[in-house]
Amino acid sequence: MTTVSLTVNGKAVSANIDPRTLLVQFLRENLRLTGTHVGCDTSQCGACLVHIDGKAVKACTTLAVSVDGAAITTIEGLAQDGKLHPMQEAFREHHGLQCGFCTPGMIMSAVDMVNRRGHELDEKTIREDLDGNICRCTGYHNIVKAIAAGAEAMGKAGVTTRQAAE
Amino acid sequence: MSATGIGAAVRRKEDHRFITGQGRYTDDVNRPGQAQAYFLRSPHAHAKIKSIDTKAAAAMPGVLGIFTGADLAADKIGGLICGWMIHNKDGSPMRAGAHPALAQGRVRYVGDHVAVVVAETLAQAKDAAEAIVVDYQELSAVVETAKAAGAKTVIHDEAPDNTVFNWHLGDKDATDKAFKAAKHVTKLDLVNNRLVPNAMEPRAAVGDYDAGEGIFTLYTTSQNPHVARLVLSAFIGIAPENKLRVIAPDVGGGFGSKIFIYAEETVCVWAAKKVGRPVKWTADRTEAFLSDAHGRDHVTHAELATDADGKILALKVHTTANLGAYLSTFSSSVPTYLYAPLLSGQYDIPAIYCEVDAVYTNTAPVDAYRGAGRPEATFVVERLIEVTARQLGKDPAKFRLQNYIRKFPHQTPVIMAYDTGNYAASLKKALEIIDYKGIGKRKRDSARAGKLRGIGFSSYIEACGIAPSAAVGSLGAGVGLWESAEVRVNPIGTVEVLTGSHSHGQGHETTFAQLVSDRLGIPIDNVSIIHGDTDKVQMGMGTYGSRSGAVGMSAIYKAIDKVIAKGKKVAAYVLEADEADIDFADGNFTVKGTDRKLDFGSCALQAYVAHKFNGQELEPGLKEGAFYDPTNFTFPAGVHICELEIDPQTGVTKIDRWAAVDDFGVVINPMIVEGQVHGGIAQGVGQALLEGARYNSDGQLVTASFMDYTMPRADDLPSFDVGMTVTPCPSNPLGIKGCGEAGAIASPPAVINAITDALGHEDIAMPATPQAVWRAAQKSISRLAAE
Ligand code: FES
Ligand code: FES
Repeated sequence: MTTVSLTVNGKAVSANIDPRTLLVQFLRENLRLTGTHVGCDTSQCGACLVHIDGKAVKACTTLAVSVDGAAITTIEGLAQDGKLHPMQEAFREHHGLQCGFCTPGMIMSAVDMVNRRGHELDEKTIREDLDGNICRCTGYHNIVKAIAAGAEAMGKAGVTTRQAAE
Repeated sequence: MSATGIGAAVRRKEDHRFITGQGRYTDDVNRPGQAQAYFLRSPHAHAKIKSIDTKAAAAMPGVLGIFTGADLAADKIGGLICGWMIHNKDGSPMRAGAHPALAQGRVRYVGDHVAVVVAETLAQAKDAAEAIVVDYQELSAVVETAKAAGAKTVIHDEAPDNTVFNWHLGDKDATDKAFKAAKHVTKLDLVNNRLVPNAMEPRAAVGDYDAGEGIFTLYTTSQNPHVARLVLSAFIGIAPENKLRVIAPDVGGGFGSKIFIYAEETVCVWAAKKVGRPVKWTADRTEAFLSDAHGRDHVTHAELATDADGKILALKVHTTANLGAYLSTFSSSVPTYLYAPLLSGQYDIPAIYCEVDAVYTNTAPVDAYRGAGRPEATFVVERLIEVTARQLGKDPAKFRLQNYIRKFPHQTPVIMAYDTGNYAASLKKALEIIDYKGIGKRKRDSARAGKLRGIGFSSYIEACGIAPSAAVGSLGAGVGLWESAEVRVNPIGTVEVLTGSHSHGQGHETTFAQLVSDRLGIPIDNVSIIHGDTDKVQMGMGTYGSRSGAVGMSAIYKAIDKVIAKGKKVAAYVLEADEADIDFADGNFTVKGTDRKLDFGSCALQAYVAHKFNGQELEPGLKEGAFYDPTNFTFPAGVHICELEIDPQTGVTKIDRWAAVDDFGVVINPMIVEGQVHGGIAQGVGQALLEGARYNSDGQLVTASFMDYTMPRADDLPSFDVGMTVTPCPSNPLGIKGCGEAGAIASPPAVINAITDALGHEDIAMPATPQAVWRAAQKSISRLAAE
């Protein structure tokens, strides 16, 4: 067993864990933050995507001990003071989800995309950049629309992307 | 139309929990004291189990129990069932082998369930599973669909030539006669590639047993929790229905694969009592690939006969359908009654004859996957139509138009009586959206850039609203396919609707509430939709076959009728008027010709306080239930056109435009309906271009992860132009036809027709991967050079 100390959604957490514990297991099982999902075992689907120190990382292929000391944001930590993040709003407004299973990863990935590529995202950019996330329900059509709108809304809201996310 | 009523693009009520990470899927359920299950699976496609030694494993840390087929048998736990009896041509019943939840001396596919280990942690369960010693005697494997019948190896003794049934539909003599008189015959050999459904949420189960009450609870990823309970109770024998609660909470996509009752949930709920602890199992993706029921896998020879003018005379089809190693819950119905009755497509075809041989192989069971039989039928029909048009030198749109059914109702030669439709209207609209007139120029532009452009059509029809119980009963179904609803009005006028339908992405919590809001004239926020728990909701049949709108909402509609009727009685007392003089509209009960009225909420309160009437004459309360059994299938239909460009240097196919015009009858929420179309098209494009489950000759699944099985990603797809035409369905009160499967049914032939148009070939197999397209393109180029 090993001790790991992290900040998760702004709260300090510390736990004694089996060193082989994956970050996604740590979040889901130890912290009961079940919004982060597991959709595959080959790091392909992005259902597990969280932000580690402001960058998108797949939590299914990250050992919890390897991110000791880091600040993690999960889908549960994206809304601030009860107010939805603009990207969350955009997914609802544009029907960017159906079963909702890929959605947390999609939204975290989308916020990261805006962080990296700015507020004006065209369809081609979004589609290419979304390569690490699989959705089986939506055919991506409305996810693409939601991300474009969410990116713009993040710009308009004047929140710098990183502040909005972390 | 009100802002939240029928026809409005209401934003989804369920979304808040999903976008904030508060969805509650089965793997999110954790019961106090919960242990973990891990299934030891067969590494061989086919083997005898000589012995299983669990002794060393049982002594390993954390292990609570290890169970095999012998333990299930000792507890008289029955095998998994197939709920649809198909009869052979000679009238004899299909030949089905047993399907034990844990192997009984024999394994029949890679991933077959050998034993389960229940331990404190998953890691401990996995470690212990590695220590189980199984002595296998390997047998040769039967893998290929076309070669299974008559193979030396026999998979089930009950089916000595590996054939489950030889079935047929239609009039053979009439069809043969029509072929003799034909001027032109088109022949095609087609493979409908095997697919893995891959809902993003893997299957999962949590079994729990309350020893005090003797009650089992199963949380499971199911599209139909009541059907699961029925099967687990009546056939498998876990416990009587009143002692077994099945909960399907949020379910992360199903596409058919979560209809079926699988080994894992059966074993988890049973094992919970054995070990005296809740037992959880969640598939990893590789287990999902190995053990979820797969889809499609047909090998078909088909012929279409036309006269000198291009009028279709007859269709003849022979299909071999692979059902895998065991018969899954509804597997036998898919290549039969969900397939052959759709072979008339949108066309007036006087004679049709279809033969289907279903075979066992040493592969995962095959069952319904989005569209289930109907995509396979549409692929046969639309490929034949396209190739025939080309061979006759006719424009594919005009050739379709020439042969469309125009008069309704229309009785096809293969069971179905189409009630209504306007196929020409959908075609016209789709041609406009895609700008068919400009295709010549666009092809030339592509050619100048060194690319090959093609356009492909698909005029599909499906039979949804599954299904009239008497009809399916006569065809072999073991259940009726009605739906139930209960509308509970609370004393202050808020409403809970309990439905037997199950939502796993379809947005029922919104669309069903729209119906209630619309009809009762109350705010949509005052309506809650409850589903997925057998303790809360009366018996229902669940969600598949695009049935929840046409059948599930019709049940709600009927229950609302009864609520309004009861409300009128209450209002008559309160307003001191004759019941016959009470009207109900816009949320108010009124007395004809007066200004006296009672709003819906006040009526509910009056129904519960019962001060204004004698409770002997009129029962207090306002709650009504209904069962709705449809009188016919519904027939959504439409036209999809795919336009694409191929780079002959790389073989990469880029879909450039997609026009979809569908007639779903009355649409409750166009936003949600369009979303269903988008998702369906993506799955169909996946089948046409990317996806294919492959077993090697030893029966090893070589596409068992997202590294090897290509799922459609965002940059594989275009945005879609979705339009609609509407002919209301006459057989249900709302006029709904259903929309869930259309995209997956329509799209594969549209893509293949477009690729073959671009390449100038008659056929290319699915999936048309870049490698396959590149090879075909080289042939086109050398042919063009020679010409
Ligand atoms: S679960 Fe992490 S990428 Fe699929
Ligand atoms: S919404 Fe179901 S997987 Fe994306």
